[in-house]
Amino acid sequence: MNRYPMWKYIIIIVVMLGGLILALPNIYPSQPAVQVTSSSPDFPLDASVLQQIKDTLTENGIAVEDTQSIDNSKALIRFDSPDTQLAAADAIKTSLGSKYNTALNLAPATPNWLRSLKPMNLGLDLRGGVHFLMEVDMKSAIDKSLTRHSEEFRTFLREKKISYLGVKRVADDLIIQFKTAELRDQARREIRGEYRNEIDFEDEETAKGAALKATLTQNNINNTKRFALQQNITTLRKRVNELGVSEPIIQQQGLERIVVQLPGVQDPSVAKEILGTTATLEFRLVDEGNDPYSAQASGRIPVGDKLFVERNGNPILLKSRVMLTGDYITDASSGFDQRDQRPSVTIVLDGKGAKLFAKSTGANVQKLMGVVFIEHKTVVTKQDDGTFTKNTKVSREVINVARIQEQLSKRFQITGLDTPQEAYNLALLLRAGALAAPVYIVEERTIGPSLGADNISAGFKSVIIGFVLVLIFMAFYYRVFGLVANLALTLNLVLIVAALSMLQATLTLPGIAGIVLTVGMAVDANVLIYERIKEELRNGLTPQAAIQSGYEKAFSTIADANITTLIAAIVLYGMGTGPIKGFAITLAIGIVSSMFTAIMGTRSVINLIYGGKKRLKKLHI
Amino acid sequence: MNTKTKKLINFTGKRKIAMIFSAILMIASIGSLIVNGLNLGVDFTGGTVIEVGYKEAADVDKIRESLTAANFDASVQHFGTAKDVLIRIAPHEGEDRAKIGDAVFAILKSTNADVELRRVEFVGPQIGDELRDDGGTAMLLALAGILIYVTLRFEFRFSVGAIVALIHDVVITVGIFSITRIEFDLTILAAILAIIGYSLNDTIVVFDRVRENFLKLRKATAEESINTSINQTLSRTIVTSLTTLLVLTALFYFGGKIIHGFSLAMIIGVIVGTYSSIFVASSSLLMMGITREALLPPEKEADDQEELPDMP
Repeated sequence: MNRYPMWKYIIIIVVMLGGLILALPNIYPSQPAVQVTSSSPDFPLDASVLQQIKDTLTENGIAVEDTQSIDNSKALIRFDSPDTQLAAADAIKTSLGSKYNTALNLAPATPNWLRSLKPMNLGLDLRGGVHFLMEVDMKSAIDKSLTRHSEEFRTFLREKKISYLGVKRVADDLIIQFKTAELRDQARREIRGEYRNEIDFEDEETAKGAALKATLTQNNINNTKRFALQQNITTLRKRVNELGVSEPIIQQQGLERIVVQLPGVQDPSVAKEILGTTATLEFRLVDEGNDPYSAQASGRIPVGDKLFVERNGNPILLKSRVMLTGDYITDASSGFDQRDQRPSVTIVLDGKGAKLFAKSTGANVQKLMGVVFIEHKTVVTKQDDGTFTKNTKVSREVINVARIQEQLSKRFQITGLDTPQEAYNLALLLRAGALAAPVYIVEERTIGPSLGADNISAGFKSVIIGFVLVLIFMAFYYRVFGLVANLALTLNLVLIVAALSMLQATLTLPGIAGIVLTVGMAVDANVLIYERIKEELRNGLTPQAAIQSGYEKAFSTIADANITTLIAAIVLYGMGTGPIKGFAITLAIGIVSSMFTAIMGTRSVINLIYGGKKRLKKLHI
Repeated sequence: MNTKTKKLINFTGKRKIAMIFSAILMIASIGSLIVNGLNLGVDFTGGTVIEVGYKEAADVDKIRESLTAANFDASVQHFGTAKDVLIRIAPHEGEDRAKIGDAVFAILKSTNADVELRRVEFVGPQIGDELRDDGGTAMLLALAGILIYVTLRFEFRFSVGAIVALIHDVVITVGIFSITRIEFDLTILAAILAIIGYSLNDTIVVFDRVRENFLKLRKATAEESINTSINQTLSRTIVTSLTTLLVLTALFYFGGKIIHGFSLAMIIGVIVGTYSSIFVASSSLLMMGITREALLPPEKEADDQEELPDMP
């Protein structure tokens, strides 16, 4: 007899209901919203802030559909049209200031009771946006580490009163030169303990006498790289937040790369400018005693000076000694100078920086100080032998010269910027912090919003049309059994959507292709079973026995066929690039769910229809 | 309605003709791959692709002129409709290459303000190189995984047969892309990998039946068993290929331009895969001299044990 035990029906019903509920949020359209996030844990987004937002919007006569607060750090305010959304975003931005970030967003219009469940994530190719793959310049990270160590060696040896001739870099090693072997041995004894596991020291004999060769250990190099990557991710995240992008993705990929996805960003050039450059500041005293023009003309730079160029192109001589570097900056914000209303940037230093700066400015009151803006850009060139070399191009520019009016400390202002926008950008770059190593873009994919909309409607349409074609074919070819297979196929589609929503996997266009393909292949299991049942009927089996034997015999074939396809899907996933991954995920999910629906699902319905009939003469197949 | 009255089509008997046909296709494909290579897309070569949309039909020559004037070595062509234009810029040296897309769009915007940026793809040359390597590795890994699984489930000769059919399908599909000069991009690589899965699926279904019939039809020769198996699974092979082709056709016509290549590759792959699972996979089993005994469960160790009565 073809009967299923009750527990099997219960499993099927539970999976079906679960799938339906998980898939449900996807049928609601999205609606324009403004997303407000707090820029630091110091400014929680609590009820009072939410009330302030509401009040601001009421004052401006903007109708709000709904407000929602998430974890005291994020608020979502929904509107009925994109126009009100834009007006509201401006109003909120003005009201809250820079403590909170405002971003335009599209929020699904799910009813309140369903809000805890999320619809599928749409990939950038479906909703428009910018995708960058950025590579961290690890060579520069290592360079910086070597420079830092050579400074440290000098200080260390001075403190220990061991005289040395110099520290210089040879390839990826540092050579510390001594006059005598005794001095070197003494230095080695002292310095080894200081850098255990970090640096290997080896004796070397050079033309000048005895030397120590310091090599970074592999462990140290790996740590430096990991740190550089991590710091870049943190910095990029901070910058992206300040760009006002909702739901950005910033992820590590491999050991040296970072994926940045900015949904909804339409102008990649702005994003690139903010993401691609690393900037820092240096404060140096101006040499007021020498003429920079003659120094530039003759090429003879006075001792202790460095020649720089101002924004207007004029040369200027600054002292080589740096009073302060940008590393000590903890915050920077743009605004207007209170005296002359010109754009300015207010800088806040950390404790150590404040102390250093107070000391150096205190000793130089009434002297001129220059602010040097240093930008790092990485240039990649392909060599003839096919390898790539990376060079970091550094541009230095004196953006501001001002007389030190008083001792400066924790908080001070720099002026001399041309536009508020420039002040804003400078503050943004400074606030995001100096990067340990520059990053550069190795891949970009920008999808305009119209193409995204086209892609999603085309994808949706092709799924529906393909699906309906298969349903019609199956119903005609296998009649009652075909209708049962169609039920299973529909459930299969719901389960795929449910699984994608649950995993919060990103649906891309290739992902849709994967779904379409699964629809085509999911019927395969049913075709195998039904053809087998037909065959068993031809071999003279009774209808009930044919159903039993058809399902049984087809099973091993279905399992073999699906497992091999699953292997291909897993390999595809392992290959790791975005669009292919999306395809592989949907394919794999589709294979698993189709095994369930096509075997257990159809059997349960077939059993319900035919299972109880003892004198079954004919099957509609 | 009986197997005996249903006439068997002699597929295995026509395997010589099929083999010549396949050989011609394979040689043409490999030849074209050697001579022409593939028209690799920006995903593999590196470079920049910009797709823009105009409100009215766009003048491709004018666009080309304005870009040449700005020193861009650009290929400009219509994409899908007369209003859409695709611009390709070869891989570039220099610091600002990630910004080429922005620069090109700025030029287009200055000549005609009614232009809309639809898509920019920039791929650095090192990414392209990696992708080519990774794609090859993925293909080999997939093949190795399948070889192991089929060997475990069937027998070594079956896995060789499956791989032969697979290589046959992939080479011919890639060959068609080489002959037609259709651009080969990342989505097509995905399609090729999906074809591996599909072709295999098809072959395994036939092999499964071959295994069953080898054990069941004691008096039949290997050739007869294989031919019966192909015939028994024929309607399934055709129905499944048909449903898959139905959705792929929907994808081809309605899925948008970006998915065009993917669906085309899949359609070719499914057709070739269906043919190969009927004619190629099983023929290669025969060529390797497969016999019934190969699949029988291993003989018990000593003869005397078999003479023991079954019942205690």
